[in-house]
Amino acid sequence: MGYPQPSHERETPVLSKYFGDRDATSLDGWRKRGGYEGLRKALSMTPAEIVDIVKTSGLRGRGGAGFPTGIKWSFMKPGDGKPHYLCCNADESEPGTFKDREIMRWTPHALVEGCALGAYAIGAETAYVYIRGEFTEPLARMRQAVREAYDAGILGTNSMGTGKRIDVIIHKGAGAYICGEETAMMNSIEGRRGNPRIKPPFPAVSGVFAQPTTINNVETLAAVPHILVQGADWYKAMSLSSPKSTGSKLFSVCGNIARPGNYEVTLGFPFKDFLYDLCGGPLPGRTLKAVVPGGISVPIQTMEEAEASKMDYEGFIEQGSMLGSGGVIVFDDQQNMVKQIARAARFFAHESCGQCTQCREGTAWTTRIMERIRDGEGTHEDLDTLFSIADNMTATTICVLSDSCAVPVMSGIRKFRSEFEALIKKPKFHPVTAAVA
Amino acid sequence: MTAAIHEHETPYQPVFVGDRRKELDALFPLYPTKMACILPALWMVQEDRGWVSDAAMAEVAQVLELTAAYVKGVVTFYTMYNQHPVGKYLIQVCTTTPCNICGAEDVVSAFMEHTGCTDLGITSADGRFTIIEVECLGACGFATPVMINEDVVESVTAARVPGILAGLK
Amino acid sequence: MATTAEPTTAVAQPKMVNLTIEGRPVSVPEGMSILEAGKRAGVLIPHYCYHPGLSIAGNCRMCLVEVEKAAKLAPSCATAAAEGQVVHVYTEKALEARKGVLEMLLINHPLDCPICDKSGECELQDFTYQEGPAKSRLRDPKRFSPIEDFGGDVLYTTSRCILCTRCVRFMDEIAQDTVLNVSARGDRAVIGKYEGKELTHAWAGNVIDVCPVGALLSKDSLNKARSWELDHAPSICPGCSQGCNISIDTRDNTVIRLRPRPNDDVNKYFMCDIGRLDYRWINRQDRIEVPLVRRGESLAASDWDVAIPAAAALLDGKRVFVAASPNLSNETLHLLAKLVASAGGSGAYTVRIGPEAPLPGVKDLSLRADRAANGAGAEILGFKRTASPLDGLAKGDVLVVADADLSTATVDQLALPGAILVIGTTLPENLRTASVVLPIANYAEEEGTFTNLRGRVQRFSQAKAAPGMARPSWWVVGDVLAALGKGEAYYLASEVFSAMAGEVSAFSGMNYDGLGMRGMVVNGGAS
Repeated sequence: MGYPQPSHERETPVLSKYFGDRDATSLDGWRKRGGYEGLRKALSMTPAEIVDIVKTSGLRGRGGAGFPTGIKWSFMKPGDGKPHYLCCNADESEPGTFKDREIMRWTPHALVEGCALGAYAIGAETAYVYIRGEFTEPLARMRQAVREAYDAGILGTNSMGTGKRIDVIIHKGAGAYICGEETAMMNSIEGRRGNPRIKPPFPAVSGVFAQPTTINNVETLAAVPHILVQGADWYKAMSLSSPKSTGSKLFSVCGNIARPGNYEVTLGFPFKDFLYDLCGGPLPGRTLKAVVPGGISVPIQTMEEAEASKMDYEGFIEQGSMLGSGGVIVFDDQQNMVKQIARAARFFAHESCGQCTQCREGTAWTTRIMERIRDGEGTHEDLDTLFSIADNMTATTICVLSDSCAVPVMSGIRKFRSEFEALIKKPKFHPVTAAVA
Repeated sequence: MTAAIHEHETPYQPVFVGDRRKELDALFPLYPTKMACILPALWMVQEDRGWVSDAAMAEVAQVLELTAAYVKGVVTFYTMYNQHPVGKYLIQVCTTTPCNICGAEDVVSAFMEHTGCTDLGITSADGRFTIIEVECLGACGFATPVMINEDVVESVTAARVPGILAGLK
Repeated sequence: MATTAEPTTAVAQPKMVNLTIEGRPVSVPEGMSILEAGKRAGVLIPHYCYHPGLSIAGNCRMCLVEVEKAAKLAPSCATAAAEGQVVHVYTEKALEARKGVLEMLLINHPLDCPICDKSGECELQDFTYQEGPAKSRLRDPKRFSPIEDFGGDVLYTTSRCILCTRCVRFMDEIAQDTVLNVSARGDRAVIGKYEGKELTHAWAGNVIDVCPVGALLSKDSLNKARSWELDHAPSICPGCSQGCNISIDTRDNTVIRLRPRPNDDVNKYFMCDIGRLDYRWINRQDRIEVPLVRRGESLAASDWDVAIPAAAALLDGKRVFVAASPNLSNETLHLLAKLVASAGGSGAYTVRIGPEAPLPGVKDLSLRADRAANGAGAEILGFKRTASPLDGLAKGDVLVVADADLSTATVDQLALPGAILVIGTTLPENLRTASVVLPIANYAEEEGTFTNLRGRVQRFSQAKAAPGMARPSWWVVGDVLAALGKGEAYYLASEVFSAMAGEVSAFSGMNYDGLGMRGMVVNGGAS
């Protein structure tokens, strides 16, 4: 539901049904609400059957990449004699996104169940849940839930009496957005610096500890038990626009909006209704100016684009952006887009792991130029330089943090150029030789 | 950094003894390598000492059979490990874009004003407060979230700051 | 000696893939990277972080190439060559991308080539000239970091570092002593180490060689010469019996530094610091520069036409004892052995011993206990290894001191011989009773071969001119033999080698051309 706001009738509460309900955090409370039925059902099936169900459901990764989950699970070859691993990506650090935090602190058992189910489906006996170090409350709730699950025999060497072994291990991060990148997360779990790895090899072939690994987002795994209980067709039918986008999604709404919070809607929901009806539209006396629909790494939308968007993977692409993580950041008329894009660039510069030349230098250089423009010391050449840098940072690096930094810069200059030009007062830069004349 | 005892004046006391050692040993079976225990081990050091000193890095290296240089490379990568002593309360204000447009910078100014800290990252004269800006805390809908040591205070505004500080002894 | 016949059965051939790079078709083993395939096609794809002796990092992004039908540019060091691939290195898209990388590497670079030792042999200079931007677009202050002394021979100029991490990988994977790290992250990242732990590993100096730019520099050769002033002579390190392949770099006939030279069979790409820094003796000035012949109480300067016959006269009809240096070449030792055989007598050598220092990441590579280059050659050629240099010298023998270290010889021992003939580079005090002194070149002043501890015969070439009238050692011994009527004179080291190959079965079938730059193992393997 629209936590911390009251639930809206147009929402589809599946994962968020018990947000705000303290009783749902305990094992007993979760069981009363139908918890662990999905896992029980799954353990009576073969992993291959489960993978088929998830494929049919159309569930796509909810972390930002949107890769079909069933297909990702099918990459794990059964019977290869190697230990398989599931890694749950609870590193949620994409600015604008705060859904996994809520799933973990209100319904930790939903994730425990999802991890156990996912592990079983990919032939893994061990699932690492990588929770960012700043998530103190989710860490405490998850640790408590895992303890309860072990005590109740849901986790351990004899999961729910089936003789199957499932271990869930909570692993606390220490402050690095880049550890949300799947290969960087694996390096972090191994005790290394959080540097992304070159692919190939892909995680399903050689992942954490060089073994076959699947990485899934919190929201993705939390959805799976529901699919097992209510059926793939039920999930597949939840689709308001593109048939390639099925199920419900948590959208984290923040910024200059009347009712910020998490909202769960069926994919394909009209974005205009979402912003103005469910989320309450702008604050009094203000008008909305720009929206980032999927976390700071997706292109900024003008209100025209946003109001025409359907909230799914294909719909946002059609309107000049992407679904991403579903982190909706709303900017109103009082905001300075140049300042905010500069701040976004600074975020990426701070978080860059520093491996690739274009990212290490490009994020910092972009930030310097953006801040100089923000402070009235920019030139028109700077805008050309920013585009050139952004171009060099795109599709040239080990991971896409570099591309992500380029995105708000390019979309910002293209769609809000007047705000940039208003700050450019300096004349064209003259090299020293010309000044002598 | 002002009220802290300088490391070289007192000999280093190991962290991984007694219960902490048992806690560390209990982690080894959960991972195929000892190296994988480095983040949890460093958290134990930070919980006990408030920061990770060079000597602590050497101790972690020794118990995990790594080199001190390797441990240092890991510590300096992850921003949550303090490489210097900090005030009694480490006040971490998120100022990334979603919070920035909700007045996060005003929250920072309010904390600076009401704690007497002269600069970001510099501990107040009485040793109680260190204020830093941090990147997205993952609580954007509760702008502005402020992490004080291990606790996240949601929905902080400049007006709420004096009340929050009053609760920190 | 164990027999080590070359395997006669064919080794299973790896599966080959065929691809085209810059229009050149090339066939390479499956699994090889496009970058390595490029080398085989004669195309050098620009790169920094890639090094054939280290793991693949793929972080510099300098090796980006265009592969037809692929959506993105490929990092060629980390992309496998595939059947039917068509690779373009110099298309506009690839050039723009690499130009972008260079621009980003240069914006915070101090651009202090005029005071940087790496200038002239710097890959950042090279690729910038080749395809970098002509101007800087930076309008903001550059990032600056202070210089750090890493200890040992290594100076780290932080501001020049491009974070390729070759040094970190070398210490971690090859030296297997992880003393270097990357500290901090993003544009604050620098190479670091643990406070108080210095870079004193015996092989740490190799980080200076692998560094593609002027970030890691040798303190020993700091500011001594500009790289383009140096001449380079391929040679062998004489420091121990490993026989690492090196380059002797000289300026104005003075050795400035030693650097490793690649040899897959001996030292891969590396040499130890002990060998690297031990070159000053090559430049020593207290050399014998003219032949000396005794006139009464003292030795008088002479010339070759007088000294050679005088040496022959000394030896004629007498038993000889040759105290040989284990750093003499195979060629010279062969001729000395012939002298022993013709005159009757014996030859011996001693070797200084020191602690070993293996390089764990390379098979069979170590600083060896035997601190001499050609102990194995001396052994093969019939010299006896003794604990003391004059063991076996009998009263009345003519003692031939062939550049051996006789500092431990006693006065009594030195009183035994009937006469002393010195064929050497220096004349120590205790050998001033010599009758004839013939000046020779040291190993860096002549051509020759050494045999390493695995029986590998390797060539070394002349790096500098010998002082005064000193001549190559094999030439001098050959002249003495000729004057005795017991052999011929030689004017080329290769001729001596061929003669040796004809007479000594271990070297049978070898010649200089066959030895090339990689060397060959003696017949019958190492003893």
